[in-house]
Amino acid sequence: MNTRFSGRKQRMLRLKVLREGQAVPVHRQQTQDVFTKCPACGEAVAKVQLAKSLYVCPKCGHHQPVGGYLRLAMLLDHGTFQELDAKLTAGDPLHFPSYGEKLANQRRRTGLADAVVAAKGRIGGNPVVVVVMDSRFMMGSMGVAVGEKIARAANTARRTKVPLIIFCASGGARMQEGILSLMQMAKTAEAITQFQDAGGLYISCLTHPTTGGVTASFASLGDITLAEPGALIGFAGPRVIEQTIGQTLPEGFQRSEYLLEHGFVDAVVPRNQLKPTIARLLRLHSKGGTVHG
Amino acid sequence: MAERTPAQRVALARQSGRPGTVEYIDALFTDFFPQRGDRLGKEDGSILGGIALFHGRPVTVIGHRKGKNLEENMRCNFGMPGPEGYRKAQRLMLAAEKFDRPVITFIDTPGAYPGLEAEAHGQGEAIARCLAVMSRLKVPIISVVIGEGGSGGALALAMGNTVLMLENAVYSVLSPEGFAAILWKDSARAKEACDVMKLTAQDLVELKVIDRILPEPEGGAHTDPQAMVKAVDEALVAALRKPPADPAAHRYRKFRAMGGQFVNLEK
Repeated sequence: MNTRFSGRKQRMLRLKVLREGQAVPVHRQQTQDVFTKCPACGEAVAKVQLAKSLYVCPKCGHHQPVGGYLRLAMLLDHGTFQELDAKLTAGDPLHFPSYGEKLANQRRRTGLADAVVAAKGRIGGNPVVVVVMDSRFMMGSMGVAVGEKIARAANTARRTKVPLIIFCASGGARMQEGILSLMQMAKTAEAITQFQDAGGLYISCLTHPTTGGVTASFASLGDITLAEPGALIGFAGPRVIEQTIGQTLPEGFQRSEYLLEHGFVDAVVPRNQLKPTIARLLRLHSKGGTVHG
Repeated sequence: MAERTPAQRVALARQSGRPGTVEYIDALFTDFFPQRGDRLGKEDGSILGGIALFHGRPVTVIGHRKGKNLEENMRCNFGMPGPEGYRKAQRLMLAAEKFDRPVITFIDTPGAYPGLEAEAHGQGEAIARCLAVMSRLKVPIISVVIGEGGSGGALALAMGNTVLMLENAVYSVLSPEGFAAILWKDSARAKEACDVMKLTAQDLVELKVIDRILPEPEGGAHTDPQAMVKAVDEALVAALRKPPADPAAHRYRKFRAMGGQFVNLEK
Protein backbone atom coordinates (compact mmCIF):
# COMPACT_ATOMS: atom_id res chain seq x y z
CA MET A 1 0.00 0.00 0.00
CA ASN A 2 2.66 2.38 1.11
CA THR A 3 4.88 1.71 -1.86
CA ARG A 4 2.00 2.09 -4.27
CA PHE A 5 1.26 5.57 -2.93
CA SER A 6 4.89 6.57 -2.96
CA GLY A 7 5.11 5.38 -6.56
CA ARG A 8 2.14 7.57 -7.45
CA LYS A 9 3.60 10.57 -5.66
CA GLN A 10 6.82 10.16 -7.56
CA ARG A 11 5.03 9.86 -10.91
CA MET A 12 3.03 12.99 -10.10
CA LEU A 13 6.19 14.94 -9.35
CA ARG A 14 7.89 13.62 -12.50
CA LEU A 15 4.98 14.78 -14.64
CA LYS A 16 5.04 18.20 -13.03
CA VAL A 17 8.75 18.49 -13.71
CA LEU A 18 8.15 17.55 -17.35
CA ARG A 19 5.45 20.20 -17.53
CA GLU A 20 8.09 22.74 -16.56
CA GLY A 21 9.83 21.85 -19.82
CA GLN A 22 13.26 21.64 -18.27
CA ALA A 23 13.89 17.93 -17.97
CA VAL A 24 14.27 16.41 -21.44
CA PRO A 25 12.13 13.33 -22.06
CA VAL A 26 14.15 10.44 -23.52
CA HIS A 27 12.22 10.16 -26.78
CA ARG A 28 12.88 13.79 -27.63
CA GLN A 29 16.59 13.77 -26.98
CA GLN A 30 17.46 12.74 -30.51
CA THR A 31 15.06 14.93 -32.44
CA GLN A 32 15.16 18.28 -30.63
CA ASP A 33 18.10 20.64 -30.37
CA VAL A 34 20.71 18.65 -28.56
CA PHE A 35 22.84 21.58 -27.41
CA THR A 36 22.13 24.74 -25.53
CA LYS A 37 24.35 27.75 -24.88
CA CYS A 38 25.34 28.56 -21.31
CA PRO A 39 24.16 32.13 -20.66
CA ALA A 40 27.24 32.83 -18.53
CA CYS A 41 30.21 31.45 -20.50
CA GLY A 42 28.56 31.04 -23.91
CA GLU A 43 29.85 27.50 -24.34
CA ALA A 44 27.66 24.86 -25.99
CA VAL A 45 26.48 22.24 -23.50
CA ALA A 46 24.55 19.07 -24.32
CA LYS A 47 21.06 19.35 -22.84
CA VAL A 48 21.26 15.84 -21.45
CA GLN A 49 24.50 16.65 -19.73
CA LEU A 50 23.07 19.89 -18.35
CA ALA A 51 20.14 17.99 -16.89
CA LYS A 52 22.50 15.47 -15.32
CA SER A 53 24.53 18.24 -13.71
CA LEU A 54 21.32 19.71 -12.22
CA TYR A 55 21.38 22.69 -14.61
CA VAL A 56 24.80 23.81 -13.50
CA CYS A 57 27.07 24.51 -16.47
CA PRO A 58 29.74 21.78 -16.47
CA LYS A 59 32.19 24.23 -18.09
CA CYS A 60 31.91 27.32 -15.87
CA GLY A 61 29.75 26.23 -12.91
CA HIS A 62 27.02 28.79 -13.62
CA HIS A 63 23.85 27.86 -11.75
CA GLN A 64 20.83 28.26 -14.02
CA PRO A 65 17.49 28.96 -12.37
CA VAL A 66 15.35 25.83 -12.01
CA GLY A 67 11.60 25.46 -11.66
CA GLY A 68 9.80 24.73 -8.42
CA TYR A 69 8.91 21.11 -9.10
CA LEU A 70 12.34 20.27 -10.47
CA ARG A 71 13.89 21.74 -7.33
CA LEU A 72 11.61 19.57 -5.19
CA ALA A 73 12.49 16.53 -7.26
CA MET A 74 16.19 17.21 -6.62
CA LEU A 75 15.64 17.63 -2.91
CA LEU A 76 12.98 15.30 -1.59
CA ASP A 77 13.42 11.60 -0.93
CA HIS A 78 11.93 9.38 -3.62
CA GLY A 79 8.16 9.07 -3.34
CA THR A 80 7.62 11.50 -0.45
CA PHE A 81 6.38 14.57 -2.37
CA GLN A 82 2.97 15.81 -1.29
CA GLU A 83 1.95 19.23 -2.54
CA LEU A 84 0.32 21.76 -0.19
CA ASP A 85 -2.25 24.35 -1.32
CA ALA A 86 -1.66 23.40 -4.95
CA LYS A 87 -4.49 25.52 -6.28
CA LEU A 88 -3.99 28.67 -4.27
CA THR A 89 -3.43 31.60 -6.59
CA ALA A 90 -3.63 35.37 -6.84
CA GLY A 91 -6.89 37.17 -7.30
CA ASP A 92 -6.77 40.66 -8.74
CA PRO A 93 -7.35 42.60 -5.53
CA LEU A 94 -6.71 46.07 -6.99
CA HIS A 95 -8.40 45.38 -10.34
CA PHE A 96 -5.14 46.34 -11.94
CA PRO A 97 -5.26 46.94 -15.71
CA SER A 98 -4.46 43.75 -17.71
CA TYR A 99 -3.23 41.85 -14.61
CA GLY A 100 -5.91 39.17 -14.98
CA GLU A 101 -4.81 38.34 -18.53
CA LYS A 102 -1.18 38.37 -17.51
CA LEU A 103 -1.88 35.83 -14.73
CA ALA A 104 -3.79 33.57 -17.09
CA ASN A 105 -0.92 33.73 -19.58
CA GLN A 106 1.68 32.94 -16.96
CA ARG A 107 -0.34 30.01 -15.68
CA ARG A 108 -0.67 28.58 -19.16
CA ARG A 109 3.00 29.08 -19.94
CA THR A 110 4.44 27.68 -16.70
CA GLY A 111 1.78 25.26 -15.48
CA LEU A 112 2.07 26.88 -12.05
CA ALA A 113 -0.79 28.34 -10.03
CA ASP A 114 1.43 31.19 -8.77
CA ALA A 115 5.10 31.93 -8.15
CA VAL A 116 5.55 29.44 -5.35
CA VAL A 117 5.20 25.69 -4.75
CA ALA A 118 4.83 24.25 -1.26
CA ALA A 119 5.14 20.60 -0.31
CA LYS A 120 5.59 18.16 2.53
CA GLY A 121 8.09 15.39 2.16
CA ARG A 122 11.24 13.91 3.57
CA ILE A 123 14.90 14.76 3.19
CA GLY A 124 17.34 12.07 4.24
CA GLY A 125 14.42 10.43 6.02
CA ASN A 126 13.53 13.56 8.03
CA PRO A 127 10.06 15.01 7.56
CA VAL A 128 10.10 18.62 6.28
CA VAL A 129 7.92 21.32 4.78
CA VAL A 130 9.63 22.82 1.73
CA VAL A 131 8.57 25.97 -0.11
CA VAL A 132 10.14 26.82 -3.46
CA MET A 133 9.71 30.11 -5.26
CA ASP A 134 9.72 29.90 -9.03
CA SER A 135 11.22 32.89 -10.83
CA ARG A 136 9.61 31.93 -14.15
CA PHE A 137 6.22 33.03 -12.86
CA MET A 138 6.20 36.85 -12.95
CA MET A 139 9.80 36.98 -11.75
CA GLY A 140 8.86 35.11 -8.59
CA SER A 141 7.25 38.29 -7.31
CA MET A 142 5.43 38.16 -3.99
CA GLY A 143 1.74 38.93 -4.08
CA VAL A 144 -1.04 37.95 -1.73
CA ALA A 145 -1.11 34.31 -2.84
CA VAL A 146 2.65 33.87 -2.41
CA GLY A 147 2.53 35.44 1.06
CA GLU A 148 -0.47 33.33 2.01
CA LYS A 149 1.15 30.11 0.83
CA ILE A 150 4.32 30.83 2.77
CA ALA A 151 2.37 31.74 5.91
CA ARG A 152 0.31 28.55 5.59
CA ALA A 153 3.44 26.45 5.08
CA ALA A 154 4.96 27.96 8.23
CA ASN A 155 1.76 27.17 10.11
CA THR A 156 1.74 23.59 8.82
CA ALA A 157 5.37 23.19 9.89
CA ARG A 158 4.52 24.60 13.33
CA ARG A 159 1.48 22.35 13.80
CA THR A 160 3.22 19.20 12.66
CA LYS A 161 6.51 20.13 14.38
CA VAL A 162 8.75 19.67 11.36
CA PRO A 163 11.51 21.94 10.02
CA LEU A 164 10.70 24.52 7.34
CA ILE A 165 12.92 25.07 4.31
CA ILE A 166 12.29 27.92 1.88
CA PHE A 167 14.07 28.36 -1.45
CA CYS A 168 13.85 32.05 -2.25
CA ALA A 169 13.90 33.38 -5.81
CA SER A 170 12.12 36.65 -6.34
CA GLY A 171 12.29 39.97 -8.09
CA GLY A 172 10.52 41.49 -5.07
CA ALA A 173 6.96 42.69 -4.57
CA ARG A 174 4.19 42.00 -7.10
CA MET A 175 3.63 45.52 -8.41
CA GLN A 176 0.14 44.73 -9.69
CA GLU A 177 -1.03 43.98 -6.14
CA GLY A 178 0.41 47.24 -4.82
CA ILE A 179 0.27 47.88 -1.10
CA LEU A 180 -1.22 44.44 -0.44
CA SER A 181 1.95 42.83 -1.74
CA LEU A 182 3.95 45.05 0.65
CA MET A 183 1.81 43.76 3.51
CA GLN A 184 2.88 40.20 2.69
CA MET A 185 6.28 41.11 4.13
CA ALA A 186 4.64 41.66 7.50
CA LYS A 187 2.47 38.58 7.14
CA THR A 188 5.32 36.21 6.26
CA ALA A 189 7.65 37.68 8.89
CA GLU A 190 4.98 37.09 11.53
CA ALA A 191 4.29 33.51 10.45
CA ILE A 192 8.02 32.73 10.42
CA THR A 193 8.72 34.27 13.84
CA GLN A 194 5.74 32.46 15.33
CA PHE A 195 7.07 29.18 13.93
CA GLN A 196 10.58 29.94 15.25
CA ASP A 197 9.28 30.96 18.68
CA ALA A 198 7.58 27.57 18.89
CA GLY A 199 11.05 26.01 18.56
CA GLY A 200 10.98 25.37 14.82
CA LEU A 201 14.07 25.20 12.62
CA TYR A 202 13.86 27.40 9.53
CA ILE A 203 16.48 27.03 6.81
CA SER A 204 16.47 29.82 4.24
CA CYS A 205 18.13 29.03 0.89
CA LEU A 206 18.80 32.04 -1.28
CA THR A 207 18.90 31.39 -5.01
CA HIS A 208 19.20 33.66 -8.02
CA PRO A 209 17.69 36.24 -7.73
CA THR A 210 16.55 37.12 -4.20
CA THR A 211 15.70 40.81 -4.00
CA GLY A 212 13.31 43.45 -2.68
CA GLY A 213 10.55 42.62 -0.25
CA VAL A 214 11.48 38.94 -0.09
CA THR A 215 15.03 39.77 1.03
CA ALA A 216 13.57 42.26 3.51
CA SER A 217 11.27 39.68 5.10
CA PHE A 218 11.33 35.88 5.39
CA ALA A 219 14.46 35.32 3.28
CA SER A 220 16.62 37.07 5.88
CA LEU A 221 15.12 35.44 8.96
CA GLY A 222 16.57 31.93 8.68
CA ASP A 223 18.03 30.12 11.68
CA ILE A 224 20.43 28.91 9.02
CA THR A 225 20.93 30.80 5.76
CA LEU A 226 22.40 29.08 2.70
CA ALA A 227 22.98 30.49 -0.78
CA GLU A 228 23.63 28.96 -4.18
CA PRO A 229 26.85 30.16 -5.84
CA GLY A 230 26.66 33.38 -7.83
CA ALA A 231 23.08 34.27 -6.86
CA LEU A 232 22.12 37.95 -6.85
CA ILE A 233 20.91 38.76 -3.34
CA GLY A 234 19.99 42.24 -2.16
CA PHE A 235 17.29 44.69 -1.19
CA ALA A 236 17.65 47.30 -3.90
CA GLY A 237 18.43 46.13 -7.43
CA PRO A 238 21.88 46.93 -8.85
CA ARG A 239 20.46 49.26 -11.51
CA VAL A 240 18.63 51.37 -8.94
CA ILE A 241 21.77 51.60 -6.82
CA GLU A 242 23.92 52.65 -9.80
CA GLN A 243 21.43 55.37 -10.69
CA THR A 244 21.28 56.58 -7.09
CA ILE A 245 25.00 56.75 -6.37
CA GLY A 246 26.05 57.57 -9.94
CA GLN A 247 28.87 55.05 -10.16
CA THR A 248 29.25 51.51 -11.42
CA LEU A 249 29.20 48.75 -8.86
CA PRO A 250 32.21 46.57 -8.15
CA GLU A 251 32.46 43.10 -9.70
CA GLY A 252 30.66 40.48 -7.64
CA PHE A 253 28.62 43.05 -5.66
CA GLN A 254 25.46 41.54 -4.10
CA ARG A 255 26.45 38.02 -5.13
CA SER A 256 26.31 35.06 -2.73
CA GLU A 257 30.06 35.15 -2.12
CA TYR A 258 29.87 38.89 -1.33
CA LEU A 259 27.14 38.23 1.24
CA LEU A 260 29.18 35.42 2.76
CA GLU A 261 32.11 37.81 3.12
CA HIS A 262 29.86 40.44 4.72
CA GLY A 263 28.36 38.06 7.22
CA PHE A 264 24.85 37.52 5.89
CA VAL A 265 24.92 33.83 4.92
CA ASP A 266 26.26 30.78 6.73
CA ALA A 267 27.48 28.96 3.65
CA VAL A 268 27.52 29.10 -0.14
CA VAL A 269 26.53 25.63 -1.25
CA PRO A 270 26.77 24.29 -4.83
CA ARG A 271 23.56 22.73 -6.10
CA ASN A 272 24.78 19.13 -6.01
CA GLN A 273 25.71 19.58 -2.35
CA LEU A 274 22.41 21.11 -1.23
CA LYS A 275 20.56 17.93 -0.38
CA PRO A 276 23.37 16.37 1.67
CA THR A 277 24.02 19.73 3.39
CA ILE A 278 20.37 20.15 4.36
CA ALA A 279 20.14 16.51 5.48
CA ARG A 280 23.19 17.11 7.64
CA LEU A 281 21.73 20.28 9.16
CA LEU A 282 18.50 18.43 9.95
CA ARG A 283 20.54 15.74 11.72
CA LEU A 284 22.50 18.38 13.64
CA HIS A 285 19.26 19.89 14.93
CA SER A 286 17.88 16.61 16.20
CA LYS A 287 16.92 16.40 19.84
CA GLY A 288 17.15 12.98 21.42
CA GLY A 289 17.15 11.33 18.04
CA THR A 290 14.19 13.14 16.46
CA VAL A 291 14.47 16.29 14.42
CA HIS A 292 12.29 18.93 16.02
CA GLY A 293 10.21 21.26 13.96
CA MET B 1 -12.35 66.04 3.23
CA ALA B 2 -11.07 67.78 0.12
CA GLU B 3 -11.38 66.26 -3.35
CA ARG B 4 -7.95 65.65 -4.82
CA THR B 5 -6.38 63.36 -7.38
CA PRO B 6 -3.88 60.78 -6.11
CA ALA B 7 -1.06 62.70 -7.85
CA GLN B 8 -2.05 65.89 -6.01
CA ARG B 9 -1.91 64.03 -2.72
CA VAL B 10 1.54 62.67 -3.58
CA ALA B 11 2.68 66.26 -4.16
CA LEU B 12 1.16 67.38 -0.84
CA ALA B 13 2.72 64.46 1.03
CA ARG B 14 6.12 65.62 -0.24
CA GLN B 15 5.43 69.36 0.20
CA SER B 16 8.29 71.14 1.91
CA GLY B 17 7.07 72.75 5.11
CA ARG B 18 4.73 69.85 5.82
CA PRO B 19 5.07 68.92 9.49
CA GLY B 20 7.42 65.97 9.96
CA THR B 21 8.44 63.66 12.79
CA VAL B 22 10.45 66.43 14.51
CA GLU B 23 7.46 68.79 14.58
CA TYR B 24 5.09 66.14 15.90
CA ILE B 25 7.54 65.07 18.61
CA ASP B 26 8.05 68.70 19.67
CA ALA B 27 4.35 69.43 19.79
CA LEU B 28 2.89 66.19 21.16
CA PHE B 29 5.42 65.02 23.72
CA THR B 30 7.29 66.45 26.67
CA ASP B 31 10.69 65.63 28.08
CA PHE B 32 11.88 63.92 24.86
CA PHE B 33 15.17 62.12 25.37
CA PRO B 34 16.65 61.06 22.02
CA GLN B 35 18.41 57.69 21.95
CA ARG B 36 21.11 57.48 19.33
CA GLY B 37 23.15 54.83 17.60
CA ASP B 38 22.72 51.18 16.69
CA ARG B 39 25.43 49.97 19.14
CA LEU B 40 27.12 48.30 16.19
CA GLY B 41 29.11 51.24 14.94
CA LYS B 42 26.88 53.98 13.56
CA GLU B 43 24.23 56.61 14.19
CA ASP B 44 21.71 57.08 11.39
CA GLY B 45 20.19 60.55 11.41
CA SER B 46 17.29 59.58 9.16
CA ILE B 47 15.57 57.81 12.03
CA LEU B 48 14.83 59.83 15.14
CA GLY B 49 13.77 58.04 18.27
CA GLY B 50 13.77 58.13 22.03
CA ILE B 51 11.78 58.18 25.22
CA ALA B 52 9.22 60.88 25.94
CA LEU B 53 6.11 61.61 27.94
CA PHE B 54 2.76 61.54 26.19
CA HIS B 55 0.17 63.15 28.43
CA GLY B 56 2.43 62.29 31.34
CA ARG B 57 2.94 58.67 30.34
CA PRO B 58 6.33 57.34 29.20
CA VAL B 59 6.33 56.12 25.60
CA THR B 60 8.96 55.24 23.02
CA VAL B 61 8.65 57.34 19.89
CA ILE B 62 10.39 56.56 16.60
CA GLY B 63 10.04 58.22 13.21
CA HIS B 64 11.65 58.97 9.87
CA ARG B 65 13.33 62.37 9.72
CA LYS B 66 13.82 64.18 6.41
CA GLY B 67 15.25 67.51 7.55
CA LYS B 68 13.99 71.03 6.85
CA ASN B 69 16.83 72.59 4.85
CA LEU B 70 19.50 71.27 2.55
CA GLU B 71 22.07 70.87 5.31
CA GLU B 72 19.61 68.92 7.46
CA ASN B 73 18.41 66.97 4.43
CA MET B 74 21.96 65.82 3.81
CA ARG B 75 22.46 64.84 7.43
CA CYS B 76 19.21 62.87 7.41
CA ASN B 77 19.84 61.46 3.94
CA PHE B 78 16.45 62.90 2.88
CA GLY B 79 14.67 60.50 5.21
CA MET B 80 16.09 57.37 3.59
CA PRO B 81 17.47 55.15 6.37
CA GLY B 82 20.26 52.65 6.07
CA PRO B 83 20.41 49.36 7.99
CA GLU B 84 21.93 51.21 10.96
CA GLY B 85 18.73 53.23 11.35
CA TYR B 86 16.57 50.13 11.34
CA ARG B 87 18.86 48.42 13.86
CA LYS B 88 18.58 51.46 16.11
CA ALA B 89 14.80 51.24 15.79
CA GLN B 90 14.93 47.55 16.83
CA ARG B 91 17.02 48.46 19.86
CA LEU B 92 14.56 51.16 20.89
CA MET B 93 11.54 48.90 20.44
CA LEU B 94 13.07 46.13 22.53
CA ALA B 95 13.87 48.68 25.26
CA ALA B 96 10.26 49.87 25.12
CA GLU B 97 9.11 46.31 25.70
CA LYS B 98 11.48 45.85 28.61
CA PHE B 99 10.15 48.96 30.35
CA ASP B 100 6.56 48.37 29.28
CA ARG B 101 6.23 51.55 27.20
CA PRO B 102 3.90 51.73 24.20
CA VAL B 103 5.65 52.48 20.89
CA ILE B 104 4.47 55.33 18.68
CA THR B 105 5.96 55.55 15.19
CA PHE B 106 5.77 58.30 12.56
CA ILE B 107 6.15 57.19 8.96
CA ASP B 108 7.61 59.62 6.43
CA THR B 109 10.16 58.20 4.00
CA PRO B 110 10.58 57.85 0.24
CA GLY B 111 12.02 54.39 1.05
CA ALA B 112 15.08 52.72 2.50
CA TYR B 113 18.30 54.05 0.96
CA PRO B 114 19.42 52.10 -2.12
CA GLY B 115 23.16 52.55 -1.70
CA LEU B 116 26.30 50.48 -1.89
CA GLU B 117 27.15 50.68 1.80
CA ALA B 118 23.54 50.09 2.83
CA GLU B 119 23.53 46.84 0.84
CA ALA B 120 26.92 45.77 2.16
CA HIS B 121 25.65 46.27 5.69
CA GLY B 122 22.48 44.27 5.09
CA GLN B 123 19.59 46.62 4.32
CA GLY B 124 17.25 43.68 3.66
CA GLU B 125 18.24 41.86 6.83
CA ALA B 126 17.82 44.98 8.96
CA ILE B 127 14.28 45.60 7.67
CA ALA B 128 13.36 41.91 8.01
CA ARG B 129 14.61 41.95 11.59
CA CYS B 130 12.50 45.07 12.32
CA LEU B 131 9.44 43.15 11.12
CA ALA B 132 10.40 40.18 13.31
CA VAL B 133 10.89 42.42 16.35
CA MET B 134 7.52 44.07 15.80
CA SER B 135 5.89 40.65 15.31
CA ARG B 136 6.97 39.66 18.81
CA LEU B 137 6.71 42.95 20.68
CA LYS B 138 4.54 42.63 23.78
CA VAL B 139 3.69 46.34 24.02
CA PRO B 140 1.20 48.11 21.75
CA ILE B 141 2.48 49.87 18.62
CA ILE B 142 0.64 52.84 17.11
CA SER B 143 1.84 53.97 13.68
CA VAL B 144 0.95 57.23 11.98
CA VAL B 145 1.68 57.70 8.28
CA ILE B 146 2.27 61.46 8.21
CA GLY B 147 3.80 61.99 4.75
CA GLU B 148 5.31 59.48 2.36
CA GLY B 149 5.04 55.81 3.23
CA GLY B 150 7.49 54.37 0.75
CA SER B 151 7.97 50.64 0.46
CA GLY B 152 9.66 48.29 2.92
CA GLY B 153 11.52 51.24 4.41
CA ALA B 154 8.18 52.54 5.68
CA LEU B 155 6.67 49.20 6.67
CA ALA B 156 9.76 48.50 8.80
CA LEU B 157 8.33 50.96 11.35
CA ALA B 158 4.65 50.60 10.52
CA MET B 159 3.45 47.24 11.83
CA GLY B 160 1.12 48.92 14.27
CA ASN B 161 -1.78 47.51 16.26
CA THR B 162 -3.36 50.70 15.04
CA VAL B 163 -2.22 52.33 11.81
CA LEU B 164 -3.43 55.90 11.32
CA MET B 165 -2.91 57.94 8.18
CA LEU B 166 -3.20 61.61 7.41
CA GLU B 167 -5.68 62.52 4.70
CA ASN B 168 -3.02 63.58 2.18
CA ALA B 169 -0.35 61.09 3.15
CA VAL B 170 0.43 58.27 0.73
CA TYR B 171 1.55 54.70 1.42
CA SER B 172 2.64 52.38 -1.35
CA VAL B 173 4.71 49.40 -2.38
CA LEU B 174 7.14 51.73 -4.19
CA SER B 175 7.33 55.40 -5.15
CA PRO B 176 5.13 56.17 -8.18
CA GLU B 177 8.34 56.93 -10.14
CA GLY B 178 9.88 53.58 -9.25
CA PHE B 179 6.61 51.81 -9.94
CA ALA B 180 6.36 53.30 -13.44
CA ALA B 181 10.03 52.51 -14.09
CA ILE B 182 9.59 48.85 -13.13
CA LEU B 183 6.26 48.22 -14.78
CA TRP B 184 6.47 50.40 -17.88
CA LYS B 185 10.21 51.14 -18.04
CA ASP B 186 9.38 54.85 -17.95
CA SER B 187 9.56 56.82 -14.71
CA ALA B 188 7.97 59.81 -16.47
CA ARG B 189 4.64 57.99 -16.30
CA ALA B 190 4.53 58.47 -12.50
CA LYS B 191 1.24 60.39 -12.66
CA GLU B 192 -0.41 57.50 -14.41
CA ALA B 193 1.04 55.17 -11.78
CA CYS B 194 -0.56 57.26 -9.00
CA ASP B 195 -3.97 56.54 -10.50
CA VAL B 196 -3.65 52.75 -10.46
CA MET B 197 -1.54 52.20 -7.34
CA LYS B 198 -4.25 52.76 -4.72
CA LEU B 199 -1.94 54.75 -2.50
CA THR B 200 -4.27 57.30 -0.91
CA ALA B 201 -5.63 57.06 2.62
CA GLN B 202 -9.13 56.50 1.24
CA ASP B 203 -7.95 53.54 -0.87
CA LEU B 204 -6.05 52.03 2.03
CA VAL B 205 -8.91 52.26 4.47
CA GLU B 206 -11.06 50.42 1.93
CA LEU B 207 -8.36 47.74 1.54
CA LYS B 208 -8.19 47.53 5.37
CA VAL B 209 -4.46 48.28 5.34
CA ILE B 210 -4.96 51.27 7.64
CA ASP B 211 -7.48 51.74 10.42
CA ARG B 212 -8.40 55.39 10.28
CA ILE B 213 -7.95 58.57 8.24
CA LEU B 214 -7.08 61.77 10.06
CA PRO B 215 -8.58 64.71 8.12
CA GLU B 216 -6.17 67.53 7.32
CA PRO B 217 -6.81 71.28 7.29
CA GLU B 218 -8.34 72.45 3.99
CA GLY B 219 -5.08 73.32 2.20
CA GLY B 220 -3.05 70.46 3.70
CA ALA B 221 -1.24 69.83 7.00
CA HIS B 222 1.34 72.56 6.36
CA THR B 223 -1.29 75.31 6.18
CA ASP B 224 -2.31 74.84 9.81
CA PRO B 225 0.17 72.65 11.67
CA GLN B 226 -1.43 73.39 15.03
CA ALA B 227 -4.80 72.01 13.98
CA MET B 228 -3.07 68.97 12.51
CA VAL B 229 -1.13 68.32 15.69
CA LYS B 230 -4.36 68.51 17.66
CA ALA B 231 -6.03 65.92 15.42
CA VAL B 232 -3.05 63.56 15.71
CA ASP B 233 -3.00 64.05 19.47
CA GLU B 234 -6.66 63.10 19.84
CA ALA B 235 -6.24 60.07 17.59
CA LEU B 236 -3.22 58.85 19.56
CA VAL B 237 -5.04 59.28 22.87
CA ALA B 238 -7.97 57.29 21.49
CA ALA B 239 -5.71 54.55 20.13
CA LEU B 240 -3.85 54.21 23.43
CA ARG B 241 -6.98 54.21 25.56
CA LYS B 242 -7.93 50.58 24.99
CA PRO B 243 -4.85 48.58 24.08
CA PRO B 244 -5.39 44.94 23.06
CA ALA B 245 -4.83 42.42 25.88
CA ASP B 246 -2.14 40.65 23.85
CA PRO B 247 -0.71 43.18 21.37
CA ALA B 248 1.51 40.63 19.56
CA ALA B 249 -1.38 38.23 18.98
CA HIS B 250 -3.56 41.15 17.86
CA ARG B 251 -0.95 42.22 15.31
CA TYR B 252 -0.60 38.66 14.09
CA ARG B 253 -4.32 38.38 13.41
CA LYS B 254 -4.39 41.79 11.80
CA PHE B 255 -1.51 41.29 9.35
CA ARG B 256 -2.29 37.61 8.74
CA ALA B 257 -5.62 38.68 7.28
CA MET B 258 -4.13 41.35 5.01
CA GLY B 259 -5.17 41.00 1.42
CA GLY B 260 -7.56 38.11 1.95
CA GLN B 261 -8.18 38.20 -1.78
CA PHE B 262 -6.69 34.97 -3.05
CA VAL B 263 -8.61 32.33 -4.89
CA ASN B 264 -8.46 28.62 -5.49
CA LEU B 265 -7.89 27.73 -9.11
CA GLU B 266 -10.47 25.38 -10.51
CA LYS B 267 -8.36 22.92 -12.41
